[in-house]
Amino acid sequence: MAKNAQHWEKTRGLLFVTLAIWAVFSMGIFLFGAEMNEVTGPFGYPLTYWFTCQGSLAIFVILIFWFAGRQEKIDEEFGFSEKGDD
Amino acid sequence: MIKGNFIDNLPKVYGIYTGGFIGFIVLMAIGESMGMTAKAIGICFVGFTIFIYALIGWLSRTAQASNYYVAGRTVPTVFNGMATAADWMSGASFVAMAGGIYFKGYGYMALLVGWTGGYVLVATLLAPYLRKFGCYTVPDFVGTRYGGNTARLMAVIVLTVASFTYVTAQINATGTIAAVALDIPFQYAVYVGLVSILLCSMLGGMRGVTWTQVAQYIVLIIAYLLPVFWISNNIGAGFFPHFMLADEVARIGELEQQFGFVKNSAADLATVPKGLAGITKAHSEVNATPWAFISLALAMMMGTASLPHVMMRFFTTPSVKAARKSVGWSVFFIFLLYSSAPMLATLSKLALIDPNLPTGIIGKSIAEVQAIDWYQNWNQANLMFVSDFNGNGTVELNEFFMGGKAVVLATPEIAGLPYVISGLVAAGGLAAAMSTADGLILAIANAISHDVYYKMVDPKAETAKRLVVARVLLVVIGFAGATIAAMEIQGILGSVIWAFDFAMSGLFWPLVLGVWWKRANKEGAIAGMVLGLVSGFAYLVWVRSGGSGFLGITQLTFGIFGSTVSLVAMVVVSLMTSAPSAATQKMVDDSRVPAGASVIGGQK
Repeated sequence: MAKNAQHWEKTRGLLFVTLAIWAVFSMGIFLFGAEMNEVTGPFGYPLTYWFTCQGSLAIFVILIFWFAGRQEKIDEEFGFSEKGDD
Repeated sequence: MIKGNFIDNLPKVYGIYTGGFIGFIVLMAIGESMGMTAKAIGICFVGFTIFIYALIGWLSRTAQASNYYVAGRTVPTVFNGMATAADWMSGASFVAMAGGIYFKGYGYMALLVGWTGGYVLVATLLAPYLRKFGCYTVPDFVGTRYGGNTARLMAVIVLTVASFTYVTAQINATGTIAAVALDIPFQYAVYVGLVSILLCSMLGGMRGVTWTQVAQYIVLIIAYLLPVFWISNNIGAGFFPHFMLADEVARIGELEQQFGFVKNSAADLATVPKGLAGITKAHSEVNATPWAFISLALAMMMGTASLPHVMMRFFTTPSVKAARKSVGWSVFFIFLLYSSAPMLATLSKLALIDPNLPTGIIGKSIAEVQAIDWYQNWNQANLMFVSDFNGNGTVELNEFFMGGKAVVLATPEIAGLPYVISGLVAAGGLAAAMSTADGLILAIANAISHDVYYKMVDPKAETAKRLVVARVLLVVIGFAGATIAAMEIQGILGSVIWAFDFAMSGLFWPLVLGVWWKRANKEGAIAGMVLGLVSGFAYLVWVRSGGSGFLGITQLTFGIFGSTVSLVAMVVVSLMTSAPSAATQKMVDDSRVPAGASVIGGQK
C-alpha cells in the first residue's frame, strides 16, 4: 500500500504542475490581455491576438504530450506501467 | 477485411483513402474545366463521400457487445485522435467559427482557447482513470463508482439533456448542406442527412463510428486547409498564412482607423436581412473584459471535460497509457483546424475591405458592387447585403453586411478559386456535422440501452437482444433529433454552447470527484447532479426571460453557476452522509493504478 500511496502522491504532484501551467495559459495571461496586446509577439502578430490564435492552443498540445510522458515515467518507476505498446 | 491485421494496416488503408480522395478532387477539377456544372459537382462531392462513409459503416458491422460499445478497445492513439477531432469539430466549428472570429474578434476567440484547453482537463483529471475503470459509457462509470440505479439514471438524464441539445444543431447543419448541394427542400434534406448518419453507426456501433470518423476527419481537414492556403497565395498574402499574416492583420487595423466604426441607426438596421451583420469590432484588438473572456473560456473547458460523447472516445484505446497520449493527438488534430480559422477570417476580411485589392468593395460605388457576380450569388443566398444608408453612392464599412457562414462558404469564390473548391467545402462541412451527430446519437442510445435497459430493466438480456435494443434506440433518437431540427427553432451556435453548460452543470464534479475524492459518495453525487442541472437550467431561464444575472455570468456561461452549486451540494451532502463502502474505496484505489485488469472486470 505504501507503494501505491507514493505513486499517487507523485501523480498528484504532476497534476498540480500541469494544471498550474494550464491555468496560466488558458486564463492567467488574459487578465492582462489589453496590456499584452501592445507588445509584438511571434511572427509579428500582436501578442494577445497571437495567444488566442495559436500560442495557447499549441501550448496545450505540447503540455498534454509532456504530461503523458511524465506520467508514464512515474508509472514505470513504481512498476505500474502496462505492457505492450499503443 | 476489418479483422485482425486491419489494425496493423491502418496507415496503409487510410493512406490509400486519402490519395483516392485527392484523386477525386482532381477528377472534379478536370470535370469543371470540361464544362461540368456547379450543381453536378456539388452532388458528386456529397454523394461520393456519403457513399464511402456508408461503405465503411457496413464493413464495420458487428455482433459483439465490446465492438459495438467501445470498438473492441483496439483503436491506436493517432487514429483515435483523428476520430476524436472529427467527433469534436461540429458543423458549427467548420462553418460558423471563422465567421464568429470575423465579426466578434477577441471576445469570440475565448472559444478557441476553451475548446482546446478543456482537453488538458480531460487528459489529467478523467480520461485515464475512466479508461481503467473499463466502463462502456459515462453513466456506467457513475453507476459503478457511486452504486445504485438512481445515480446511474441521473447521469443518463444529464447526458441526454446535454447531448440532445447539441445533436439537433448537427442534424440541422447536415440538412442545410444536403439541401443546398442536392437542391431539395430543407424538410426532406434533414431526413436524408439523418439516414446518412445512421448508415455509419447502426451496424457497427462505436466501431463503425470510429472508422467513419477517421475518414470524415481526413475530408474535413483537407476541405478546410486547402482553401485557406490557396486564398492566401491568390491574394498575395503569403504561402504559409499562419506565419505570414502579421502585415495583413496590421493593415486591417489601419483600414479600421481610416474608415472608423460608424454606428447605424435602428431604422437603417431594420432594413438589413435577418441574420446578417456588419463589421463593428476591431479585428485584433482586445474588445472584451478579462472576466468576459476568462469566464467563457472556463465554461467551455469544464464543459469539454464533461461531454460524454468525447469522453467515450477514450474508452476505445488499448490501454490507459494510450488513452493519455490519444488526448494529445486529439488536440493536435483539432489545433490544425482551429489555428486556421482566424487566418481565414483575416484573409476574408482583408479581401473584402481593402480598396487596394481587386476584390475589395469598400469605397466602390453601390451599383458597381451590385453588378459583381459573386455578390449577386451570395446576396441571393441571403448571405450578403449592401445598402447606401448615407446616400453618397459608395459602399462604406458600415454599409456592408454578411452572414457568419459566408466567411467559409463565400471567400473561396471571392478570391477567385474554382467551383470545385466550393464543392469540397460542402463535403467538409457535411463530414464535420455528420461525425459529431454520429458520436452524439451513439452516446445517447448507448447510455439508454446499456445503462437503463441492460443494467436496470433486464440484466439477463442476451447480447443479441441488447444490440437490437441499442439499434432501435439509435433510430428512434435520430428521428426525434431530426424532427426537432426540421422545426428550426434554435440557431446553430447557441444550442452548441448550451450543451457545454448543461454538461458541466450536472456532470463535471461527479466525474472529477469520483476519481479524485474517495470520500465522495452516492448521496453527494446525486445531489450534485440534480442540483447542478436544475440550478443551471433555472439560471438560463431567468437570464433568458430578462433577468439581470450576477457576476457577469451570461446565458452562454450559466454552467459556471450550475457547476458551483453542484460542487457545494456534492461536498456538503457527502460529508453529511456516511463514507462509501470499503469495496468502493478499493475500486477507486484500483483505478489509480494503470497496470492490471479493468476495475469493472467482465466486460473487457
